Amino acid sequence: MAKVVFTPNVQRHVGCPAAEAAGATVREVLEKVFADNPQARGYVLDDQSALRRHMTIFVDGQMIRDRARLADPVKDSSTIHVFQALSGG
Amino acid sequence: MSDRLLVSTRKGLFTVMRNGGNWDITGVDFLGDNVTLTLTDPRDGKSYAALDHGHFGVKMHRSTANGWEEIPAPAYPPKPEGYEEKDMWGRELKWSTAKIWALATGGAGEPGTIWCGTLPGGLFRSDDHGQSWEMIRTLWDHPLRKKWAGGGADLPGIHSICVDPRNSKHVSVGVSTGGVWHTEDGGNNWALRGEGMRAEYMPPEQAHDPISQDVHCLAQCRSAPQRMWVQHHNGIFVSSDEGKNFTEIKGVEPSVFGFPVAVHPREPDTAWFVPEIKDEKRIPREGKLAVTRTRDGGKSFEILSKGLPQTHAYDVVYRHALALDEPGDRLAIGSTTGGLWVSEDQGDSWTCVTHTLPPVYAVRFA
Repeated sequence: MAKVVFTPNVQRHVGCPAAEAAGATVREVLEKVFADNPQARGYVLDDQSALRRHMTIFVDGQMIRDRARLADPVKDSSTIHVFQALSGG
Repeated sequence: MSDRLLVSTRKGLFTVMRNGGNWDITGVDFLGDNVTLTLTDPRDGKSYAALDHGHFGVKMHRSTANGWEEIPAPAYPPKPEGYEEKDMWGRELKWSTAKIWALATGGAGEPGTIWCGTLPGGLFRSDDHGQSWEMIRTLWDHPLRKKWAGGGADLPGIHSICVDPRNSKHVSVGVSTGGVWHTEDGGNNWALRGEGMRAEYMPPEQAHDPISQDVHCLAQCRSAPQRMWVQHHNGIFVSSDEGKNFTEIKGVEPSVFGFPVAVHPREPDTAWFVPEIKDEKRIPREGKLAVTRTRDGGKSFEILSKGLPQTHAYDVVYRHALALDEPGDRLAIGSTTGGLWVSEDQGDSWTCVTHTLPPVYAVRFA
């Protein structure tokens, strides 16, 4: 299962412990994590379920390309980092 | 008389209380976070705070007996597959709450009803104290809504919501830019109002088009709801027929430009404004912070500056940062440079509470 790690900066707003979930894409993995932590969803995704403008996601060190559909592939051994972008203040 | 103020700032929500004649900061919540607006519901005492975390988006919190709890923020419905909508800059218009810009309570017979205006233009209603929100699709889907445009912000937004005290199905909203909109059936049907307003930033043939009007703030008199005041991008306008028609008030010194307006709850001819040099500078004229007041429906204005800084003051008071208490006697203003002043005599004189707050976005008696 892929491992998901959230930025420490979100933790004071909503607890987002590291989690593991299966899935072939970033979307599949994250939706499983958010199913157990629904409040966290809105901190990462916008109203259209796209990645928020000033958030970034890395899969095994590579920044994802599909910020709208989150269709970037994920391996079973992948680590997904959900970070803040340096943009956005 | 209200003895308590909630001051929304770039770096937290400050509570200010009157103690023995002095106004003091007595508490701060969300320290370090961007608090953009509050609402305190006089029907049940609950307060609502809108936050904008930037990276993490717009959030809503509601007061509890022990502090605050996060509740859902208004969210836009899924954009239909394949549907494209561009903003005035040709960029994709995101159907996503970019800012909470207006909060208002429903009528006396609607406990738990809260209205919420947002950027990029969605109007929302909650009937359960903010636990869930419904977008008013009749306004969002109105064909003229696509003619709304950004004013001070890149995106259009609803910043003023006036619920008629006589009939809570009569609701007026102010849009920057997009004029004044009105429903008489609780939001099922909407009409564009605001004949008589003038937009000097538009080509002459469009200057009087109600959709082009950059309403900075819309205020309705509680005891005489037919009276509405507008602080507009290039002027002050007054209506005596619930916003159908407006008359421009010209020649107001030191300026007709500003953001907020407040109207006395029982005296429809009495209103307050905070003038700035229009609109490319947006600072008080000659560095002198002032509030203007009319008591005769706009025929004449007084410049109220006693107790306000009169040298090198560059304070800007945003549209939600002029507060009037429920009886209409106490006022407060908060500024972009962190100043907070209170008046207990309808603006005749002011007392500085502090000048070291973070930038102030909103001030409300609570």
